[in-house]
Amino acid sequence: MEQDVNASGLGFSDPSKTTTVSRILSRLFVLFIIDAFASWLVVSLWENSSVILAIAAIIITLFVNVVIWRAELYPLRWMLLGLVLMAMFAIYPILYNVFVSTTNYGFGHLLTKDQAIEQFENIKYLPEEGGAYTWTAYVSEGGEFAVWLQKEDGTSFLALPNQELLAVQPGEEGIGELDELGIPLTIEGYERLNRLTVVRYINDLGNLTFGEGENIVQITSLDMAAELQPKYIYNPDTDTLTDQQTGIEYVPVDGNFTSAEGDVLTPGFQIFIGLQNFVDFFRSPALRGPLVLIIIWNFVFAFLSVAMTFALGLAVALIFNDRDLPGRKLITTLLLIPYTIPSLITIMVWRGLLNPEVGIINSTLEGLIGWAPPWFTDPIWAKVAILLVNLWLGYPYFMLICSEALQAIPTEIYGAAKVDGANFWQRFWKITLPLLLVAVGPLLVASFIFNFNNFNIIFLFIEGGPPIAGASTEAGHTDILISYVYNLAFQGGRGAQYGQAAAITMIIFVIVTIITLLQFRFTQMWEEVGENV
Amino acid sequence: MSSTGFFSSFKTSQRRQRQIALVLKYLISLILISFALFPIIWIISASINPANSLASQKLIPDNATLQNYEMLLTENDFSAIYPYTQWFINSLKLASITTLFSISITTMAAYAFSRFRFRQRQNMLRGILLVQVFPSLLVVVAVFLLIQQLGRVIPAINLDTHAGLILVYLGGAMGINIWLMKGYFDSIPREIDESAMVDGATHWQIFTRLLLPLMRPIIIVVAILSFIFVYGDFILAQTLLKTTEQYPLTVGLYIFTSGQFSQQWGIFAAGALMGALPIVIIYLILQDQIVGGLTQGAVKG
Repeated sequence: MEQDVNASGLGFSDPSKTTTVSRILSRLFVLFIIDAFASWLVVSLWENSSVILAIAAIIITLFVNVVIWRAELYPLRWMLLGLVLMAMFAIYPILYNVFVSTTNYGFGHLLTKDQAIEQFENIKYLPEEGGAYTWTAYVSEGGEFAVWLQKEDGTSFLALPNQELLAVQPGEEGIGELDELGIPLTIEGYERLNRLTVVRYINDLGNLTFGEGENIVQITSLDMAAELQPKYIYNPDTDTLTDQQTGIEYVPVDGNFTSAEGDVLTPGFQIFIGLQNFVDFFRSPALRGPLVLIIIWNFVFAFLSVAMTFALGLAVALIFNDRDLPGRKLITTLLLIPYTIPSLITIMVWRGLLNPEVGIINSTLEGLIGWAPPWFTDPIWAKVAILLVNLWLGYPYFMLICSEALQAIPTEIYGAAKVDGANFWQRFWKITLPLLLVAVGPLLVASFIFNFNNFNIIFLFIEGGPPIAGASTEAGHTDILISYVYNLAFQGGRGAQYGQAAAITMIIFVIVTIITLLQFRFTQMWEEVGENV
Repeated sequence: MSSTGFFSSFKTSQRRQRQIALVLKYLISLILISFALFPIIWIISASINPANSLASQKLIPDNATLQNYEMLLTENDFSAIYPYTQWFINSLKLASITTLFSISITTMAAYAFSRFRFRQRQNMLRGILLVQVFPSLLVVVAVFLLIQQLGRVIPAINLDTHAGLILVYLGGAMGINIWLMKGYFDSIPREIDESAMVDGATHWQIFTRLLLPLMRPIIIVVAILSFIFVYGDFILAQTLLKTTEQYPLTVGLYIFTSGQFSQQWGIFAAGALMGALPIVIIYLILQDQIVGGLTQGAVKG
């Protein structure tokens, strides 16, 4: 079977690769294990209302089956695990994000509709009439209660908290003799409470529920106990939820069951709302205002970060381009040290250094000139601080890249230019920079995309602060889109807003896609793939 | 300047210019080096400062002490709440397990892309690159919801488990690394495998016995890049992990810097220095390989 592959691949037949019965059996066994696990997973996911995830699991499992079974897909078996992991943990989230962005998924709408209805149907209420019992209470030394319930028709039950009601006769379960009303005089381990002593316990008793499942009894007054009834009944035909106590009908409106008077029941549930999240951001000034600020700053931040790190990196590379400079190796090694420390850690170090109370920079500045920038509370200074820290983090990279690229520029070109009378700046603008940009251009775009989504510096340095006043969502002056997404989903004071966060992520998708397409044209990456066969 | 004329005076002025340039260069390097090393020097100073402050004007503070390190590394009331050594172990564990799997996945896939010819091969290569345009940190919300839903069914990979986090990291394993490795495989002549195949070797034998040893340099680069990536991840770990004992170093250290009234700068400084150490060591030892890999990888992607 696999000889086909070899024929098309290397042009050799492989004697060890003939199909045998044992190979088929072992393959069947592997498939059996995988499919058994996958079926269990799909069913469990479905039962947990994770329908989309279940569908994704089905598709991935089918793919695995095809790859393992079809001979011509033998090469894919070499990367099957990687492909499955990529499909599940990289591609699925991207597609799922698209779906979530069209829902109201978030705080107050975390459940699916079925789950919400199930919750409502589990809510019980105490009807004023019907299912009535008279009751007598008993208390044990440990403070536990037992209750003797009697229906009007004379049947009686022993009821213990959260346990099934027991229809018992005297002599069973420690029940003693009955008195003239049919109430046991004693229950073993318990002391009977009379009408005077029971008052002391009435609050505790009122909080207890007796019985199990459908048949739950609660004490309603000093005399009576009653069976709890389901408060809401859902009618799938009309898609309405009816409150049995008040008779009010609730219909689903925007992911909440809502009455005609506008009373809203919680929890709500997820619904498909199409482009509503995007429309909201467009229409509501309280949402749009911060978003516009964030997008502008996002571009400014990414652009300035790249421009500054590149400029400084290039300048340093030019200065030290001289191979004969004594001590060059030592200097470049020292300059590269910041690059070796995980940037996360240095971001937090800078947060400390610039801290207004304990940081060295502000205390020094205050000592020298009596004033220090409010790095963390003023929007402009916060942005300056972030750009400076990012400059510190980023320029060694471009220093490295540029000095390598500079070495590649043939020195004869400069000689010729000198002969033609070009001065340093002319040589730089007309020769060095254009040649450098050819080599470094794609890296500048890559760096732009990286900084466009540079969550770490924004979050670890300042958490996007200082807050934008009047924003209806939690947004700060230094927030970029990705940190805003994070705020909406995980940090917001209004609870998780997954739908809105996913919608903002879609905006990032669009921007990143456009830049990437430009980059691909720039680098002719697609052509390179073609050549690379 | 380039015109001829007073040759001797031109020569001396040129020499003086060179000298001035040299002095200027050293001056600039001094400024740049101070800019580069300043935070590092101060963090070392703060880590041995008994006062909880980064503001000390002295490089070596009065009463220099190792108590910050002691707090983190020994068992005491503080480390019971902030288990620094546990974070360190977690970081190393997450990074090594991910790296190990990531290497196995990518070398095998790269072998297939390099040595087999199959339909859609080029499109798959492009697709893999395309997926990387949206790394999981961009879809962190969806990743969170995915792990939450999977975790309800399979508790072993639920939120707050390392296994779930590692799976998310591995979702990004296929990517630019495959390109790096495929390029390296391509550079190994096919005649090597062909002659082995004539001798009756299977693909698996060729892959493990013949080619893997030749791949060592690129495997080291990819392993280091993957290790550094996981070691330095913050957003995914912060999103998926909930309890302090499960945190990696990065998320743990963030606690020290972010608490409104409980900023522990001295302890943070000590923790940050120790935490940076593994990566700094790796960089210093393998500087050339990493830089080579970085530039190559970045140019291609």
